[in-house]
Parts: sequence; C-alpha cells; structure tokens
Amino acid sequence: MNNKLYDKLIFELSRQGRRGYSLPETAFPDAVGSIPENLLRKSEIGLPQVDELTVVRHYTNMSTNNFGVDTGFYPLGSCTMKYNPKINEEMAAAPVIAAMHPDQPARFSQGALAIYHSLASALAEIGGMAEFTLNPYAGAHGELTGLMLARAYHDSRGDKKRTKVIIPDSAHGTNPASAAVAGLKVVPVKSLPDGTVDVEALAPLLDDTVAAMMMTNPNTLGIFERQIPQIAKMVHDAGALLYYDGANLNPMLGIARPGDMGFDIMHINLHKTFSTPHGGGGPGSGPVGVRAGLEHLLPNPRVVKKDDGTYDIVSSPDSMGRVSSTLGNFAVQMRALSYILSLGSDGLMEAGGLATLNANYIKESLRDLYDLPVDTVCKHEFVFDGLKDKSTGVTTLNVAKRLLDYGFHAPTIYFPLLFHESLMIEPTETESLDTIDSFIAVMRDIAHEAAADPEMVKTAPHTTPVRRPDDTEAALHPRLTFDEL
Amino acid sequence: MSHRYFPHTDEDKRIMLEKCGVGSIEALFADIPAELRLRRPYALGKQMSEVEVRDFFSRLSARCTPLACFAGNGHYDRYTPSVVTSMLSRSEFLTSYTPYQPEISQGTLQYIFEYQTMMARLTGMEISNASLYDGATATAEAMILASGNSRKRPRVAYSSTLCDAVVETLRTYARYHGIDIVAIPEDGGVTSVEALQSLLADGNIGGVILPQPNKYGIIEDFTGLSDAIHAAGALFIINSVAIDLATLRSPGEWGADIAVGDAQSLGIPLSFGGPYLGYMAAGKSLMRKLPGRIVGATVDASGQRTFVLTLQAREQHIRREKATSNICSNQGLMALFVTIYMSLMGDEGLRKVNSISAAGAHYLARELELTGKMRLSFPDRPFLNEFEMTTSIPAERIIDALAAKDILAGVATAPDRLLVAVTEMRTADEINRYISTVKAL
Amino acid sequence: MKTYFTPTHEYLTVDSEGNGFVGITDYAQKALGNVVYVDMPEVGDEFSEGDDFGAIESVKAASDLIIPASGEVIEVNGALEDNPRLINEDAMANWIIKIRLTDPAELDSLMDLDAYMAYLASDPH
Repeated sequence: MNNKLYDKLIFELSRQGRRGYSLPETAFPDAVGSIPENLLRKSEIGLPQVDELTVVRHYTNMSTNNFGVDTGFYPLGSCTMKYNPKINEEMAAAPVIAAMHPDQPARFSQGALAIYHSLASALAEIGGMAEFTLNPYAGAHGELTGLMLARAYHDSRGDKKRTKVIIPDSAHGTNPASAAVAGLKVVPVKSLPDGTVDVEALAPLLDDTVAAMMMTNPNTLGIFERQIPQIAKMVHDAGALLYYDGANLNPMLGIARPGDMGFDIMHINLHKTFSTPHGGGGPGSGPVGVRAGLEHLLPNPRVVKKDDGTYDIVSSPDSMGRVSSTLGNFAVQMRALSYILSLGSDGLMEAGGLATLNANYIKESLRDLYDLPVDTVCKHEFVFDGLKDKSTGVTTLNVAKRLLDYGFHAPTIYFPLLFHESLMIEPTETESLDTIDSFIAVMRDIAHEAAADPEMVKTAPHTTPVRRPDDTEAALHPRLTFDEL
Repeated sequence: MSHRYFPHTDEDKRIMLEKCGVGSIEALFADIPAELRLRRPYALGKQMSEVEVRDFFSRLSARCTPLACFAGNGHYDRYTPSVVTSMLSRSEFLTSYTPYQPEISQGTLQYIFEYQTMMARLTGMEISNASLYDGATATAEAMILASGNSRKRPRVAYSSTLCDAVVETLRTYARYHGIDIVAIPEDGGVTSVEALQSLLADGNIGGVILPQPNKYGIIEDFTGLSDAIHAAGALFIINSVAIDLATLRSPGEWGADIAVGDAQSLGIPLSFGGPYLGYMAAGKSLMRKLPGRIVGATVDASGQRTFVLTLQAREQHIRREKATSNICSNQGLMALFVTIYMSLMGDEGLRKVNSISAAGAHYLARELELTGKMRLSFPDRPFLNEFEMTTSIPAERIIDALAAKDILAGVATAPDRLLVAVTEMRTADEINRYISTVKAL
Repeated sequence: MKTYFTPTHEYLTVDSEGNGFVGITDYAQKALGNVVYVDMPEVGDEFSEGDDFGAIESVKAASDLIIPASGEVIEVNGALEDNPRLINEDAMANWIIKIRLTDPAELDSLMDLDAYMAYLASDPH
C-alpha cells in the first residue's frame, strides 16, 4: 500500500468523445425505433467517457489506497480474516459454469448441482446438521433465513404465540436486527462477568412465547459456553429452538460441532471459516443448516440428490419460502468447496487448534501492557479493555489508528459492548509466528509511546494515504454523489 | 504433516505453547465438556493437492452442458470486458475487509462513491446506496421501507407482473416481518391500472411496486401513475433490469421515489446464480431510511478530500433491533464490477448493448412466429430484448430439441410458455440455428 | 413554567397555557456527542406517554426519543433541521417538539429537577 493518496474520481478523467468499449455489429434491423417514444429514456445518463488504459490506470492506482489480507495482517476480532487461497479464485472462474444461467434445467446442470450438494454435505458434516441450504447471500442473510425458519417451524405446529427471541447482551448488533426483520421481539439475557450466558437469568425468560434463542459458541469474548448442554435442554424444554450464529465457528474446526452441542439451526459465514475473500464488503455467502426433522422447512428452491445419484432442484409448499432469486452466490460456494477439498479432513481438523494457539499466544504476550478483563484460556479471539495504564488518556481508538502507521490493520474496537474500551483480536490459523511476533512488538511499542508521547498516538495515523476523516461533517451535510461535490 | 496454509513448525508450536503455559494444543480445549468433543476425523476425505482440486472441478464442469443462452427471467448472458475481470482480481480490492478504517480503505470507499453516482444517474434518482445482495432482496428491502414510511399506510401493493422469484421473495419477507401485501392483478400482460386505482382508493397503501420491463419482457406504460400514487400518499417503487434503463424511460423520469432491481445485467457473469448485485436508488429525502451502506464525501485532518461510510446511525450495529435492515455489508466487489463496466461502456456503449440485443430479439420473435410452432403471448405489447411465446408443442420439448443444438431455448414458465431473451452475446449463427431447429420440429 | 424529567433523559417544560416543550437533557446531549440529525414527527401526530416520537443521531450513536406525557404535536422546532448541533449548544433551550398535553395527570409520575439530579448521581445508563 502507498502512503500517498491517489485522489481522482473517474468522472474527473472523462473527456468528451473518448470511449472504452468494444461491441460487435448486429446483423439485424433496428428495433428500438419500434418502441413508443414515451417509453424511451430522454435524458443522458452521464457516465464517464474514458479510454481503456485510463480505466486500467485509474482502478489500479485506486487499489493502492487499500489494505487487504494479501497486503498484511488483520487482527480483526470476529471477522476471521484468514488467507484467501489463489486456487479458489481459479476454480470459481471455471468458464462453463461462469456462463451458466441459473434457470438452466437440472438435466443440463448436473455438475454444478453436484458442487452445490458436495459443499452442503461437507458443511452438514462439519456443523453436525442434517442438511444445509446455500441460498442465503451473506451471513446476515443466513441469520434472517434461519430465524424465519424457526418461525415457520412453530407456524407448522399451529403454535402462533411464539414471537420472541432471546439474545445475549454481548451479541453483535446484527442478531437483534435480523430478529426484528424476521418479525421477532428481542429479549436480552445478561452475561456473567466472564462473558458467558447467565443461566439463572435465562430460566425465567423461557416461556411459551419464545420462538428461539440465538448464541455464538465460543462467544464474542472467545470463551466457550460450557453450560451449553444445559442451555439447550432448557430451551428445548420450553418448546423453543436453539440458533447457532456461525460467526465464531472457526476455532471449532476439528474440536466440536454445533449440532452435537444441541443447536437446531445454524448459519455459516463462508467468508470467515471457509476463506472466501471479503471483497471490501461482499459478496458473501451465508449457508443455513438444520437438524434432522427441519429439512422440509428449508428455503425454496432446494437441491436434492435422488436415489439414482442424479441431482434435482425442487420447491415445496412446506418450505419457509424463497429468500433469494437463485441458489445463492454460486461462485462464492465454489471457492469454499475448493478450500475444504484443499484442506481435507486432516487439514480442517488442525485449523481450530492453530487459530486458538495463535490467539492465546498474543493474549499472553500483551497482558502486562493491556487490560485483560476476562483472564482465562480463550479460543479464536479475546478482548482487551484498552491499555492497562489509563493515565495517558490514550484510548482504544488511538491504539487502533496508530497500528495503521505500522502497516497492520486495526483490531475490532468498541465491540463487544460489555467493556468501555474493547479491543478484540483474532489472528486466525494462517498467520505465522513471525508475523504475530512483529504485531506483538508493535502493540508493545504503542503502549510505550502512549506513555512517552500520548499526543502523537492520539493524532495517529500519520503515514496513511489520508489522515483521520471528519465523520461529523460527512453526516451533517451528506454528499453522496459526484454531483454533490 | 503440516499444510501449506499453516505456517506453524513444531518449534513454533513449542515456543507458543510455552508462552501460554500449557503442554499441548489439546490443553487449550480442556474447558469443553468431554461429551461435546469431536473424537473422530470429519468424513470428508484427505487433503487434495492443487492438481487433484483442479481435476475435481474439471470433472464436474464437464457434467454441465455448455449452451448458448437465450434464457433471461431477470438474469442475462452479457458481455464482460476483460478489463473488469483483470481489475477485480487485484488483491487490494479482493482481499480487503469492509472499509471500517477509512485511512487505509480509500480505494474501496472511492469506488463505492463512484458506484453511487453512476447508479443514481442510470436510474435518474438523486442518491443510491452502496448496493444490496440481488434484485429480489433489494425489492423486499424497498417493501419494508415503504411499509414503515407512514404509520397510517402500512400496506404495500405489488404488481403480479413482477418476476416470480421477486414475488416469492416479497411474500417470504412480508409473511415473517408482518407486512400486509396485496397483489395488483394483471390485464393483458401488464399491471391493471384500474385495479391499482381502486387499491389506492382504500387509503392504506404506503407503497406500490411495479416492474419495468415486466416478467414477460413487456415495457409497461406508467403514464399518470406517479400522480395517482403520490396523491394517495404512497411511495412509487420501480423494479428494473439495470442495463435496460440506458434505453427505457428511467424510474426518475417516471416520477418514482425508489428504483430497485438487479444490476447483474451490467456485465456480471451468470455463474449459475451469483454473485449478482441488487441496487437501490432514491430521492434524497429518503436517504436516512435507505437500508445498507452509504458512502459520503468529507475532508481529513489535513483538509484533503476523503470518503467515509456515513449515515451509520441507520445501521444494525448501532440501531440493533430498531434497525431498518439487518444488512451488514454491501455486495462490495460486484459494485466495483459494474462501476468499471459502466466506466468502460459509457452512455453510448450501454445504449448499443441494448440496441444489438433488441435487434436480435425482435428478429427472432418474428421468425419464430413464422414457423407456426409458437406465437407471441402478447403480440401488441412493446418489448426490448425479452418476449414470451405461447407454444403449440410442449415448451420442455423445445428446450430439449434446442439443447441438442447447443442452445438454451429460454425459460419454460408454463407447459406451453417459453420466455426468450436475446443479448449482445448471441450471434447471427446462433439465432438462425434457433429458428431452423424450431422450424424442423 | 415547570420542567419535568424522564429516566430516558427527555425533559418536558409546561408553560402557563398547559402546553409542553419536549427535548433532551444536557446529560443526554453530552452522552450522544455531536448531534447530526433529529428525526421529528409531523404536526398533528398524536402520541401516548412512553411512545417513540422520533430519534436523534450522532455520528456513532442513535437514540429514540420517548414522549414524557401524552399529547398532540402542535409545533416542531424547524431550526433543528438546518442545524441539529443547536442541541449540543444548549439542549434545554432548543426543544424538539411542542405538544398539547392530553392528560396532565401523567405529570405526577415524572421526576422534577432535584429527583433527576439524584437519579443522575446514581449513575444511570
């Protein structure tokens, strides 16, 4: 990454009369002229007029303003920013499938359906579930699908009064937001000081108006919820379903399966555990799995393997309904399958342990300088409550911004909301001891800088392409297009 | 044996375990109840080398029939400029996270700002969000917005001429979110204006969703509808195939409040279902109600132009259960895809794509009618590049016969209905082969 | 003129004609930080005690506005549309809506200034 900003916008490079496209000529007569005048566009669009090299240079230069996994280390808690292997990209670009229409009949698409089914089956084995749908487009979309499915389950039993979902107060904001979009009312349950669910506080919340309880395990502090068998029993005794948010599945690879813990429904973020690239925010993929007995409720359409070994696409009136135009982000699914095949059972069995080793090593190497509110063995991630020395006035935000100067991405900050200065670190299994040691050294340097020259840390970053932006100005006077500049 | 994705040597592990004060990795999981531990390997087979992975995928690829695509139904086989594919593979774009740290994410934030500008201009609206998953979910998000826009008007009306997948998705979201939705019946292949007027007269409609073009490929005439919908206090939402808006009257020109749909048509490969791109553009008065990410311009501490995620108080990580949507990201890389595509194509390129496609489609429709084996379901309605035929022989039989000639004939929407689309990708040879094959049936 | 307070940090000042001015307290504006937007209802909207009547946003936070007592909106503070930061400058002077109280008896259940100060001293969130 450069430390100098490439600051042009494509509209500023436009010159009347330049063009960047190539198209064949048609052999057939014009037809647009046969469309009634009042149905046609009158105004120009106003797209840029640029030649091909200008486009290539513009976006290449723009990319150098960006940080990515291929650039450097992302200790970003809860985001599982592991290496995105190149072979996955190659597999996802397979030309025949890249050109295949989503409505191409099953009899001409057996190979693609086999890919879908192979990935869904592998996820079912890893999650300990009966069946997965790959249709949801992202983790949040999977969460929404899973919660709708929980409601469909109760509806199918004629039980209409279950309108609530229980969510730990440590949960990510997406959990309550998904619940609200699915038409459920959120009932928060308290966490104990160690961040795990307070089982005593949970008991009185469970009644016949609860549709489901959502949890991650390990939770957002990276701690395994040991009470999970008891929680599952309580939830099931109350007639509700237990939902697993797969955001933190990575450390469970080779260790334990949500299905075995008693979860009924789960989603997986393929861009986390199964290494598909984040792409600056998407496209993701959020497969949803269910335990035996709930398969018929999965969203339409479903891919099924028939007795003769062929695959079919089916829709059923028993299903919770459709949540997507297609069978999901297929090219993302191909990447995840490529990753699973590349690791194999033996590789996957190792991943969770190495991710956990990396996290604990960082925690133990920094705990003398950073405040560790929950002092226990963590799993894939852990949370510091800011610097130990609070007298300098240097905040978690300052530490995060200073890391950028040293060529590291910032950790997740101010989440979870359980602490004022949360700084959440997740290294993943693909980072080497060398990288981790240099991160630790920088974190220690920043702690010393905070004492020696707090002002310098508070005004960081200093060497990035841009300095700290004025967020207030952006929100106070929103300028959202080039026309508003 | 170690894997190439895991850098840990035995010595590394020893050093790290020592720091953690435990004797083994296993000891880091001592807190997990024994009965929950996985005590066997996954039943997934051993790790594959790259050679084997390539072989696995090429075998399955070979079990897919490559067909020249005349199918549409909302998603189209389009030309992808090589520049787009090349730029998208840059790892600074591909492997970056959501731009939460603007100081090291200006690349992502800049292209989203460009995307928002282009999408606002294409739809004829003032602003756009940073994109959504696909056209169906984008339309569902617009439905939720419209339903919540006014306490007095929570009902949303949608046209029966929207694509089936969009309608089914709307129904799912409405069922669970608790939105009262009502279908506007069709009349001769288009939305019944009379039925819409009478629904509006009931007074509780907060939003009206109409397609352009519709599920039959027909271009609907919305003359007068904007005034009628607004007089009833409802939001006017138009769902469109993005590229068609370069030629057809735009949602802004029709007086719409929200433009939504799928932007796959802007050069994104079909890939058997995705990733595609949902778009949503609107008037500026709705900016604080739009779902999804939005990028805005500001300045940094040294006064230079800088882009940031803004209006975040709408979003799930702040509003939690009060959020308007649970979307956490956008469709990132696909927004970059269409931004580069539109940069290359310009106004002229997009219009040319549409005119080539329309020329082929109208020629094919005419010639297919002349075969006597099928006729246009709605012969008097205008269309751009997609049309529905009513067939005298079963549509599935036509699909099989054409597949034998390496052609995907279209989408069978009923036993005697075939929805056919022609794009700039279809050669004269393919179009003529389509015609001669049908003739021979 | 008497001012009442809620546990969610709204205030309600009642004038001699029995109309109420509703805003957020100085404590609330400090907790929010720079206010960038106030989502206000329309004149004529009616709310019952405890209803959300709008929302207030800073860059990194958003908070619902809860009506302290039932009433009908008779005026909204249009100045906040152009300059929401007036709330940061003087939260007590820059009310958000003016309401006609429909059930003045509800005022009895609200806190007065002394009670609110004591409530703040008990470290609420």
